[in-house]
Order: sequence, then C-alpha cells, then structure tokens
Amino acid sequence: MERRDFLKLGGLIIGFPAALPRQLQAAGGFTPNGWLRIGQAGDITVLLENTDIGQGSWTGLAMLVAEELDADWNSVRIIQAPADPKVYPHLSTGGSGATIAGWEYLRQAGAQAREMLITAAANRWKVSHETCRAEESRVRHQPSGRSFTYGDLVEDAAKLTPPDPKKAPLKDPKDYRLIGRAVPRPDVPLKVDGSAKYGIDVQVPGMLYAVVARCPTFGGKPKKYDTAAAKRIPGVREVFEISAIGRMPNTAGGIAVVADNTWAAMQGRKALAATWDLGPNALESSETLRELAHKQLQGPATYVIQERGNAEQAFAGAAKVVEAIYELPFQPHATMEPMNCTADVRADGIDIWTGTQCAREIKNLLAGFSGLPSEAITIHNQWAGGGFGRRYQWDYPTEAWQISKAAGKPVKLTWTREDDMQHDFYRPLSYHRLRAALGSDGRPIAWTHRIVSTSIREVFDPPERLKDPAGVARQEYGGSEVLYSIPKLRVDYAPLPSCVRRAWWRSVSASFNGFAVESFIDELAHAAGRNPLDFRLDLLRDEGEDAAIIRRIRKILEVVADKGGWAKPAPAGCARGIAAFYSFGSVIGYVATVSKEPNGTIRVRQVTGAVDCGTAVNPDSVKMMVEGGAIFGLSATLQGEVTVANGAIVQTNFDGYRAVRMADAPAIDVHVVNSGAEIGGMGEPGVPPIAPAVANAVFALTGERPRRLPINRS
Amino acid sequence: MAITITINGAKRVLNDDPGTPLLWVLRDTLALTGTKFGCGAGLCGACTVHLDGKAVRSCTTPISTVGLRQVTTIEGLSPNRSHPLQRAWIAEQVPQCGYCQSGQIMSAAALLAGKPKPTDAEIDAAMSGNICRCGTYCRIRRAIHRAAQGAA
Repeated sequence: MERRDFLKLGGLIIGFPAALPRQLQAAGGFTPNGWLRIGQAGDITVLLENTDIGQGSWTGLAMLVAEELDADWNSVRIIQAPADPKVYPHLSTGGSGATIAGWEYLRQAGAQAREMLITAAANRWKVSHETCRAEESRVRHQPSGRSFTYGDLVEDAAKLTPPDPKKAPLKDPKDYRLIGRAVPRPDVPLKVDGSAKYGIDVQVPGMLYAVVARCPTFGGKPKKYDTAAAKRIPGVREVFEISAIGRMPNTAGGIAVVADNTWAAMQGRKALAATWDLGPNALESSETLRELAHKQLQGPATYVIQERGNAEQAFAGAAKVVEAIYELPFQPHATMEPMNCTADVRADGIDIWTGTQCAREIKNLLAGFSGLPSEAITIHNQWAGGGFGRRYQWDYPTEAWQISKAAGKPVKLTWTREDDMQHDFYRPLSYHRLRAALGSDGRPIAWTHRIVSTSIREVFDPPERLKDPAGVARQEYGGSEVLYSIPKLRVDYAPLPSCVRRAWWRSVSASFNGFAVESFIDELAHAAGRNPLDFRLDLLRDEGEDAAIIRRIRKILEVVADKGGWAKPAPAGCARGIAAFYSFGSVIGYVATVSKEPNGTIRVRQVTGAVDCGTAVNPDSVKMMVEGGAIFGLSATLQGEVTVANGAIVQTNFDGYRAVRMADAPAIDVHVVNSGAEIGGMGEPGVPPIAPAVANAVFALTGERPRRLPINRS
Repeated sequence: MAITITINGAKRVLNDDPGTPLLWVLRDTLALTGTKFGCGAGLCGACTVHLDGKAVRSCTTPISTVGLRQVTTIEGLSPNRSHPLQRAWIAEQVPQCGYCQSGQIMSAAALLAGKPKPTDAEIDAAMSGNICRCGTYCRIRRAIHRAAQGAA
C-alpha cells in the first residue's frame, strides 16, 4: 500500500474538458472551454460541476477562474454546470477534493481565455501580444494606454482557436488580486431572504408528491397495510409497493403513497398503519454489536495495515505499558434538508432534480436500471441543505425513479426527518484497541492499533471482492497512520458484521481513527509525566518521507498553542486539551477549553483552531470550514449518537439525536497559516481533531479519560 | 370550507384541509419555499415564521389555528434584504449551506423585536430551538449583536 495514497484520503481524476456542453455552444458569446462564457456585455458566467453543499467551494472555485481570467469579480455570475460527463471530468463532490482538483485546471481555464482575449485585442490594434495586459475585465495596450473591455473582444475572441490550456501562463502568486482575499460569497444574499432554492423546493408542472413507508429494521419487508384507509385521505392518489434494490439493500423498498401535496402523502402513510415482516436482522442491537466488537478487538486480525519492526516483542521488557480501548458509535449525517428527489420518468428520458454529491453515479445507475442511454438522463443538480457525505448516495434518487415510473407522472419524493434519521448510511461503528510500550525515558518504543469497524465496502462491493480482507478493510484505516516517531508499529484490522447501512460521513475513517490516535498520544504523554504539547513536538521529527507534513503539523501545534493560551492557566473551573491532525491534504489543530456543570455535563467553552491548507483561496471560507467542522464534530463528541435495537435505529428525530445547539456552542477563533504547501481540502479536515482535543481537555479537568463517545451520554 | 389567512400583508384564501400545518400550505400551495421543512415536530426551527411578530414553528401550527394573526415569512421580513439582521448576516457571511437560515433569521428577528440589545444568555434562550448542522452559531451570535448595535 503506497504511503502517499494512504495519507491522501479520496482518489482524484484530474482532467480538462474536451468538449463544450450543448447549452454553452448554443448561447453564443465567447466560450473557449466548458468553464466560462463571456457575453457581449462583458458579463462573465462561470460554470461549476461541484455542488454547493455549504462548503464554500462555489465561491472559491469561481475565484480560481476569475483570477487567471483577470475578471472584474462584480461581473461574474456562477451557475451549475450541466451534468455532462463528456465535458466535465468529475461531476462529484466529496473527499474535500473540489479545490484540490480545480486548482490547476480552473486556473488554466481562466488563463486560456485571458490569453485569447489579449490575442484578440493585439490583433485589432495590430500590436504584439507582449505589449498588452489584462486587468479587471479589460485588455490594455501598455504603451498607448488604449483598452478594450472584454465585451468588446468577445466576437473576435470567439473566432480564435483555443490554445492548449496547460501552456497558458499562470500568474505569480504575488500578483493575485482575488486568491487569498476574503471575497464575499455571492450565494450569501440569496440565503438570507429565502430566495435560495434547494432540491426540496423544486416544483415541476404536473408534479405529484410521495412519501414511502419503510420497515425501520434493515432488510424488513411490508406485511400488512391498509390501502383503503390511506386512499380515504383527501389528496391521496395511489398506494403501491416499491421493491428493495441492491446490496444491503441499498434502497429499503416499502410502500409508496402518492398524493397531491406533501401533507396528504404523509397523512396517507400514517393511515396505512403498516406492519412489517422484520426479516433476518431483528436480533441485532448495540449490545450484540458491542459484545462482538470486544471479541474482535482481542482475536486475530484479518488484515495488517501497517507494520514496522516487531511491535509485540517490545512489550515484554518495557518500562511501562499503556493500553486503551476507544468506542465510537454510529453517527447520522442529519443534514437540515432531509433527503428528497424529484423525478420525471418517461419512456424516452428521465429528468432528476435533487441536491446530489454524485451526479455522475446517479446518471450511470439510472441508465442501467432503465435501459436508456446515459444522454437521455438529465440530472438537474441543486444546492443542498447540507451534504456531509449523505448526498453521495443514490438510494433516494432510485426510489424517486421507481415511484415516478409507476405513477407515470413527475413525482417529488420527500423523506421525513424520521425516514432520514432511520435510513441513513451512518458513520461506521468502530472500536479501537491501542497499546504502547514506553521506554525508561517515557518515549514510546512500540505502538499497536487494532481497528474494529463495520466495513463500508461490505455495503457496496460484490461478494467476490470482499473475499479479500484488504478489500474489506480498504476505507476503514485512513487516518490511523502514526506520524509520531515510534520505532515499532503495527496497525491491523478486524471487521464487525452489521445490518446497519454505513458509508462516508464527513472525514470518513479519519474521524474515528483521529480520535483514537490523538487521544492515545495524549494518554502516553500523561503516562510519561510530560506536557502533551511538548510530548507531541518531541516525537514529530523532521525526517523521513513525511517530513514536510510533519513540519506543517509542528507549525500548527505551535500556532494553536500560542493563540489558544496553552501555556497560560485555564480560567477557573476549566481545563484545556490539544490535538492536531493531517487529513485531506490539510492540517488542523485545536485547543479546547472545557468545564463541567454541576449536573456532570461537560461543556466546551472555547475552541481555538489553527489551519494550514497550503494556500487559502478564500481565507474566510477556510475559517468557516474550521468553525463548521468543529461544531459538526462536537455533536458527535459531546452528545449525539444513534443506537440499534431490533435491527433498527432507535432515534427518529432531533429529540433522540442531540445535535449541538446555540447554547451548547463554544466561541471559536480560527487562525490561518499559509504554508504554501500543495493545496489541501477544507470540507472535512476540521472534524477529526475536535473529538480528541475535547476528550484530552476532559482528562485534564477531571482525571477521567473519556474513551467512549459521546462524552455526555444520555 | 375555505380559510382566509393574511400572509406577508396579503389575504390568501386557502382550500387546504384545516388541519394542514401552515408550513405545507406555505411551501406546496403558495410556493413560498423560503420557509423550510426540517423535522415536522417543532424540534429544529427551520420552519419558523411570525404570527403577529411572534416566532412560531409552522410545522406544528395547523392553518385552522392562525385566525386573524398576521403571518410573516422570510420572504416578507423586508424588501431587498434590508432588515438589520439580513444586513448583519451578509456582513458576517453567516450562512454555509443556508437551509436553516430562514428559520434562524426569523427567530432572531422576533428576539430583537422584543429585546433590542439581547445578552448572550438571551440569545441562547431564543435561538437554541434552531439547529444548524453546518455550525454557523458563532457567526449568528456575532450578527445578532451587530444588528443590535446598529452596526450593520
């Protein structure tokens, strides 16, 4: 396993569009590539293939194009690119990869266009290219001072043959006018007056509304339901079953109720009074899972992830042995906008409206299901009210396809919060057994980490691929690599079978492995009687193939410790914890300050963050992702979890799943470090370090180590 | 039997079932989709509107109970995003995905209407019914203080 792949969570294909989408070809104006169009009025349209799920890349990516284009930012309008896989290389939003992928080709797209505009101007003036410069949507002839607006040049530029974008000269960073500035985000005004539209807001002529009754127990099927009672609800039109599809299964199947409006559909579903044949998973519970997990923690590994020297041998003669078991529950995504999808299924084509992180996959899947060619399937990607990885799924679009196909009309499928909470693809349940042998100087000489988790690949891969234990473990150990200097090391894996669906939750395995690693290193620091910051810095050696990353982590630790008042006493009744973590190409460190309420509840008072994402395209967006990642992770750390009983998720709404609210939220200050390293992602890295920073603070406060999350378990 | 409700200053005659929550009438019947569905149980605040200026959860408010009270939705809060909170929200760049923000702003507007200079504790009490999964709470708090200080 390549170390570089190991550290970079999420694979990327980087390409440049080979063609233009039909819509752009027809629109006229100047469209040298699929990413931008300039109209004769000088209006600039930037097309983005990524979905806005709140991560700010909508603005950041457009800034990359606009920077090299030398555009007047005020004349830039951003729209969703059509989901055409012949033009756009990714059509997926995930893995914190938008800016990493787009950094090169979006700047190249802007630069290519800029060069052509300069050429067009130079040709008109009959001067050399070198005497012209682009700036703020104008081309100026330096010696004479005359200029053309981009609008003036559109017709001429459109006649030129686009040069190779990879050869277009890119700016020296010192000349950036946009990149590095906290440019206000153009989507913000629409989000303060109700005009921003999400998938759930879509309305299509002739549309009906549907909800689906699904068995809460995974794998269950309908037994009895009262169709007549449902149809007596005014507005209810049809009641029919839809089948489960795919592994696990991917879509649960159930009873669809189709009505004239959402409320009638919901009332119709209630009237069904459906009962269920629970199926083979009815005996699974959090207790049975935990019992099995603890066996897996002690038994043989199915797959060795990383090994350096013989770690086991070091324990016998060690000065001190430290051992810890960490337990992290299933976590729901719980996006504020529940899952939904509007589908119009016709004999000759399918239109889908939804906020999705995986437009390409939905297109391919529905082509396969329907037998229609991919070109006949149009995905109208919408802004999403939160993604966090939940919208990187095709279950609810498949259901919408099934329902519209059966109804013969466009149908909006809405999931209630109960549907959403009980039919998620959760963050895997995970258990971790860590052991370290310390030398007489307190430094670790050996470190072992057994990861036990409900494997994500078991949900999606065919049985043949799962025969290989490496395949089963593949997405469970990212983030478990130890960058601390420890001579002997073994990280291995054993799976935990479960009927509960699971997949990619913001920061994936980095969230649970990060908790284990950054809690355990803290435990070792305390075992050695050392300051947790100094202990870490001592072990983060500027050597080996990860030296560059280690240097960045050291810097972040130093900055966050300084800004977070690490060396100063905490306020009365409070204590601090520290953690830093590298994931998705970026490093984030936190100092968390916690206190304890009279009733024993832990409160987080303050979080100081330091972030290094290489280059901060929009520093305010970078800060926003740290603030957001911290709060998102904090729900899972402090008080939110889902549990299992009778093979079903117990929690159904926000009463059972306790998200962090205003009163629970700490003050957060974030400091951006521009290391100039290769650009990293920001959607997910804010999550992994928050749980250990808080747990480490709780230990400092109480002397008790929270090893089982959430900390304030109800 | 039709129910007449005044929404954003305009009388609307509704033929929906009287038990229909105001949320669904706004969204499905009137296409006022700025008010959002988040939980259907009054637990998340995404559906917050004003009845005579008071914040209520429209998902648990049947239209039969509205009566003569004036309904204000996010669309009717101000012309051209001119409410001090909306200006503060833009200045502080509060929203991320933005889905919860209509409800957040409506709750905050009701708070400021009654308490023009709220303390942090009063903000906690008034705003803890509105969940934000993107984690914009610090900025929401800053924006409320900003609007209260007239600094927007």
